[in-house]
Amino acid sequence: MKTYTRKQRELKKNLVGWLLVAPSLIFMTCFTVWPIFRSIYLSLTKYRMGMAKPEWIGFENYINLFHSGLFWKVMGNTLYFALITIVPSMVVGLFLATIVNRKSRLTGFVRTAYFYPVIMPMIAIASIWMFIYMAKNGLWDQLLVSFGQKPMNILSSKKTVLPAMAVMYVWKEAGYLMVFFLSGIQSISEEVNEAARIDGAGAWTIFRRITLPLLAPTFLFVSTIALTNSFKLVDHVVIMTEGAPNNASTLLLYYIYQQGFTNFNYGVSSALTTVMLLLLMIVALPRFLSQDKKIHYN
Amino acid sequence: MRKKIALVTAASLLASVVALSGCGNSGGGNDAPPNTQAAGAGTTETKAEGGGDAGSKDALHLTFYYPVNVGGSAAQLIEALCNDFNAENPDIVVEPVYTGNYDDTVTKLQTAVQGGTPPEVFVSLATQRFTMASTGMAMPLDDLIAADADGQEYIDDFLPGFMEDSYVDGQIYSIPFQRSTMVMFYNKDAFKEVGLDPEKPPTTWEELVEYGQKLTNENRYGVGLALNSGSAQWAFTGFCLQNSENGENLMTEDGKQVMFDTPGNIEALQFWLDLQNKYEIMAPGIVQWTDLPTQFLAGEVAMIYHTTGNMANISQNAEFDFGTCFLPGGKRQAAPTGGGNFYISNGLSEERVQAAWKFIRFMTEPERAAQWSLDTGYVATRQSCFETELLKNYYEELPQAKVAYEQIDIAKPELTTYNAAEIWRILNDNIQSAVVGDATPEEALKAAQEQATEILAEYQ
Repeated sequence: MKTYTRKQRELKKNLVGWLLVAPSLIFMTCFTVWPIFRSIYLSLTKYRMGMAKPEWIGFENYINLFHSGLFWKVMGNTLYFALITIVPSMVVGLFLATIVNRKSRLTGFVRTAYFYPVIMPMIAIASIWMFIYMAKNGLWDQLLVSFGQKPMNILSSKKTVLPAMAVMYVWKEAGYLMVFFLSGIQSISEEVNEAARIDGAGAWTIFRRITLPLLAPTFLFVSTIALTNSFKLVDHVVIMTEGAPNNASTLLLYYIYQQGFTNFNYGVSSALTTVMLLLLMIVALPRFLSQDKKIHYN
Repeated sequence: MRKKIALVTAASLLASVVALSGCGNSGGGNDAPPNTQAAGAGTTETKAEGGGDAGSKDALHLTFYYPVNVGGSAAQLIEALCNDFNAENPDIVVEPVYTGNYDDTVTKLQTAVQGGTPPEVFVSLATQRFTMASTGMAMPLDDLIAADADGQEYIDDFLPGFMEDSYVDGQIYSIPFQRSTMVMFYNKDAFKEVGLDPEKPPTTWEELVEYGQKLTNENRYGVGLALNSGSAQWAFTGFCLQNSENGENLMTEDGKQVMFDTPGNIEALQFWLDLQNKYEIMAPGIVQWTDLPTQFLAGEVAMIYHTTGNMANISQNAEFDFGTCFLPGGKRQAAPTGGGNFYISNGLSEERVQAAWKFIRFMTEPERAAQWSLDTGYVATRQSCFETELLKNYYEELPQAKVAYEQIDIAKPELTTYNAAEIWRILNDNIQSAVVGDATPEEALKAAQEQATEILAEYQ
């Protein structure tokens, strides 16, 4: 009897818990878990628009991809783009965070100003930045011309197209990362800083010896976020270049979109999606593994 | 402090929610009640009875997907045309849904088909017809044509240059609607400035180079071509046709084979590179399709290759005297056609098919097609259009528009194959690789040939 009531009580307690997570659980299952398994299944089939049902072909899609020069070019682009966006956007984000951490009358305004690009949709940003990068009539080329240089047509050169996009992305992303750094900085106890100051440490030393080490957990979190975000980008490619010139700006997600929605090649695009999934899992791995280890939490 | 950050974050979330719901609204045009007011006055004869009340219960509702690929008010015109149709046919309600550009439309179409709710009628590129047929998204129209008393007459009335873009394995899958061809727009004032006769535009590649060199100066290029993906292949079709021995196109008529790497085509691509690098009369790199008219209007390019669909834009905004002419010829004169056709979805009930067909017939009536041409700059699709007062007057007012019609006789379809989107992309990517210097024209076109042949292998 006694155990029964306890069970009952436990059940009741659990039921509330289940009910609380139910909405996200249902949505996660429908829109995340199910599509993941569906994609993995489809990636092992030949499935194009017009076929009645997928046809099982094992790993053929993957083998074809690994033998395709374009696939490796796209992977190279994706990693390169991640590399040239993550580090600068973290550095800029940290820099902005230290600036807006100071108290002044303008703090609120400055914070909002830096954060503003974050809430703008990527499509709008890309459309606006097109006016900067546009060949000849764009702001950048006009600037060059006014200094007596030749216009660059920055988006049509394979060397400059990804860096140009990266600059735009850093501008957008830095404000987002700033918020995490700011909350990290503010959670550092003022007493530690004060003690250092009394010992005669300068601002730079405090930043290097106290702020940075204590920000380690924030760094790991932010780098994971920044890396996954950079893999998830597609809007600006669609708006600005459609992958031109000769796929120099084709990123993985755009390639998936192209295979799935313009070439109607669901099997191949599912295989690419699975590759993307693996990539994201690898990226998230360090954070899972190192949680609560090595890194110093307050 | 934290509160402030929380506030900012909350505000951003709110903003994104608003933005998202905004997207949802514009996307869900399906459910919106059809606009009953007659917009775009004067475009069509609006029936006074207004019998086709959108609210009538028994009316058959048809969804119509249409893309708009040119500037201007094409979307409003389409809505007005649909309202006229609904007024004339009380038992049918056509609901037009604007679906972005041609690519977006195919994507939306695909989503709708997968969801089991395809639009009854849609406009898509003529070049998509092999894909539409092989994926079972569109149906053949031959039975409908045969059932109409004047069916054959109707088909024969379309300009052959456009109608030949409608067949798949001998069956008609689409009806020409917003069709265009590529013409050359040139700046007459610039011609005068450098001592060229403004009434004598270039007619050959040699003249193009010669005039281009005269017209090029510090602030102006002589020649403008859009080489972005999706545009390069169109212009390239023209140059290849011009350089071919007997007018051979880039593909066989059945859409199962491509001929990219012929010596003539390699020469054509080399000619492009020469315009950029050797003669330096064309901007280096890749100029976007949409930027080209802007540059032309700003006087930065003297001669551009562009669609007739831009006629309205250029004639309204040019602050200088402009002319249009046939594309300059190489071994011969030739030009590519392009643009969109009507399709009917596969697997509809008989009743819906009939209603959809009625709508297509309505939209392509000579007067209406003529008006459509006049309002947009697209070339009217039927011979009888050119006998209407509308077009006769129009050509008198704007003789530049007539060039497109006259050029249809020497025009051929642009690159059209099975898996059209993929094959287009392959050609575009490889052309770009030559333009940015990754490959020679020969290497680029050989690679394109190889990749395209592999894709098309399954249709042999």
